[in-house]
Amino acid sequence: MKTKLSVGLVLQYALAVFFMLLFCLPLLFMISSSLKDPQAIFADVKSWKAFFPVGDVNFDQYLGVFERLPMAQFVFNSLLVSGVVVIAGLFVNSLAAFAIARLKFRGQNSLLVFLIATLVIPFETIAMPLLVLVNSLPRLSWEDGSIEITIGWLNTYLVQIMPFIAGGFSIFLFVQYFKTLPKELDEAAIIDGASYFSIYWRIIVPLAGPAFATSAILSFLAIWNAYLWPVMVVQTEALRPVQVGLDYFWASTSEEGTQWGEIMAYSTLITLPILIIFVIFQRAFVASVASSGVKG
Amino acid sequence: MTTLTRARKRLFSNSLNAKSARAGILFVLPAVALLAMFLVAPVVLAFSLGFTNAKFASPNEPEFVGIENFTELLSLGQVSVDADPSDPNSAYDNLRDLTKPAADTPYAGMQILNESFSEDGTKADFTLAGDALFWKSLKNTVIFALVIAPLQGGLALALALLINSKIKGKVFFRTIYFMPVVTSMVVVSILWIFFYQKDGLANVILDNLIPGYEPIAFLTDPNLALPAIIFMSAWQGVGFHMIVWLAGLQTIPGELYEAATVDGANKWQQFKAVTWPGLRSTFVFVLIVISIQAMGLFTQVNVMTQGGPLDSTTTVVFHLFREGFRKNEIGYSSAIAIVFFILVVLISIIQRRLTRERD
Repeated sequence: MKTKLSVGLVLQYALAVFFMLLFCLPLLFMISSSLKDPQAIFADVKSWKAFFPVGDVNFDQYLGVFERLPMAQFVFNSLLVSGVVVIAGLFVNSLAAFAIARLKFRGQNSLLVFLIATLVIPFETIAMPLLVLVNSLPRLSWEDGSIEITIGWLNTYLVQIMPFIAGGFSIFLFVQYFKTLPKELDEAAIIDGASYFSIYWRIIVPLAGPAFATSAILSFLAIWNAYLWPVMVVQTEALRPVQVGLDYFWASTSEEGTQWGEIMAYSTLITLPILIIFVIFQRAFVASVASSGVKG
Repeated sequence: MTTLTRARKRLFSNSLNAKSARAGILFVLPAVALLAMFLVAPVVLAFSLGFTNAKFASPNEPEFVGIENFTELLSLGQVSVDADPSDPNSAYDNLRDLTKPAADTPYAGMQILNESFSEDGTKADFTLAGDALFWKSLKNTVIFALVIAPLQGGLALALALLINSKIKGKVFFRTIYFMPVVTSMVVVSILWIFFYQKDGLANVILDNLIPGYEPIAFLTDPNLALPAIIFMSAWQGVGFHMIVWLAGLQTIPGELYEAATVDGANKWQQFKAVTWPGLRSTFVFVLIVISIQAMGLFTQVNVMTQGGPLDSTTTVVFHLFREGFRKNEIGYSSAIAIVFFILVVLISIIQRRLTRERD
């Protein structure tokens, strides 16, 4: 009995290690290759060296990326867009959720039903009509020192930000969380003469850290990794986010012989920081994903 | 005195309710306005554009064309023509008489989806479609969904059970398994293009495992490109569903396992009697999420294969993108989007029904 158990346990460890290799070796390959010359990448592919930064390790590929592309601009674009979406989204969605979870107004329940219904609409369905729509919207633009109204949002930061601020799922997450907080908190504050906004801002928000973390993580990842929408609405190189920049870089070099070293350096640059943040905050990440399973 | 207090109280609470109602509407307004603008309006627009011949950034006003887009998209036909065994092109010439746009037949303007010749070569059977590429896209998308749902969902469950067992270093393994999920699909796709090359990693590994193995360029082989994309996609997303399964596993009370052990149930019996029934709602959720994600397959295709080779990896969303964005056929693309939306909703309803009936 005892030996049988330990055989099972050994098998479990063997499986666990096998899957560990399956999931981390490709990423190790990417990071290691970004530190090698292209010839070394192909020479190493036939042995274990492919997965480790060994041999002539240098940062030439990274220098090459920055020389060839406005890489810093791409990173800035993605940080700006995801930063604004996350911050504005947290505010707009949690404020709406506060009203739904803790205030009384007409149409409250139908609003919640509507929000849950929006979750079944895949973005792919609305991508094309949304493109038509944003192309006809007016915006303020800065031309020769004066403000003018121009039509069409294509090739702007605005078009990458606005459609993704409000989210039914994020509101839903906040509603679930706010409902767990004791009702007496609001009542005490009302007797003290606090406004509803200050109840939201001073009492509820400070207590809802985990909900804010979850919503922020999910929306940051979605925007940082976004592809379909930015491919459609951004043609100007100066406004490209990191994923689209990588796709263009890959497509443009595949004719003259792919610069695999530089591709790996670019990929590592936009992936490694996210992986490090993930490892540090993995508990919060895992909680975010687990909470997305709640809606089933 | 008491009535006065009560009246005052009611007055106070009435003004409170009115205030609460005003604040409530004010607070939901920004979110509702944004959703109306960027979600509801596009949905309405999709359903109206689908019945027009709208083109993107065209000076011409879109015209209402009724269900024309949908008939082109969905029409199928079967036709037999005579063929001359000595002239292989004769069948196609005969078919062209039936399908040329000016032809006075129900097949005018249709394309070949499938063909087969009789043994003696005197007859040819053609399956025709108004939009052959759409049906190929639909077929690939359905295959992708049907394969990846059990593959990714099952593997995710296996990993969740592994992590939930007695092994040490759970957090470590869980973190590693989840890493591809936070990696973007564009990065993953380009990385795997390298692996799938003739001199890439996949071939090196297979070469070491199989004696006399001939390296294959996976992504340029019409039979292997879609399986290669399926495997890669499962690799990328499995960690996500592992976490969902794990959350489900944690809702099963430990006493149930203790009771099962007391009753002398072995591991498999425990799984069947306790674990699986306890994972019922998680199962439905995982199945629906994987299927809907699978139906939306796009990024991998657009980065890795552009639908090729020989249309073996074209998908519904890729087709929608190709028509709407590349060819500016917004009306037709919206019709595809409507069909796609109906498919997705149908799949969720069917899966919910199927999994509910067994309760």
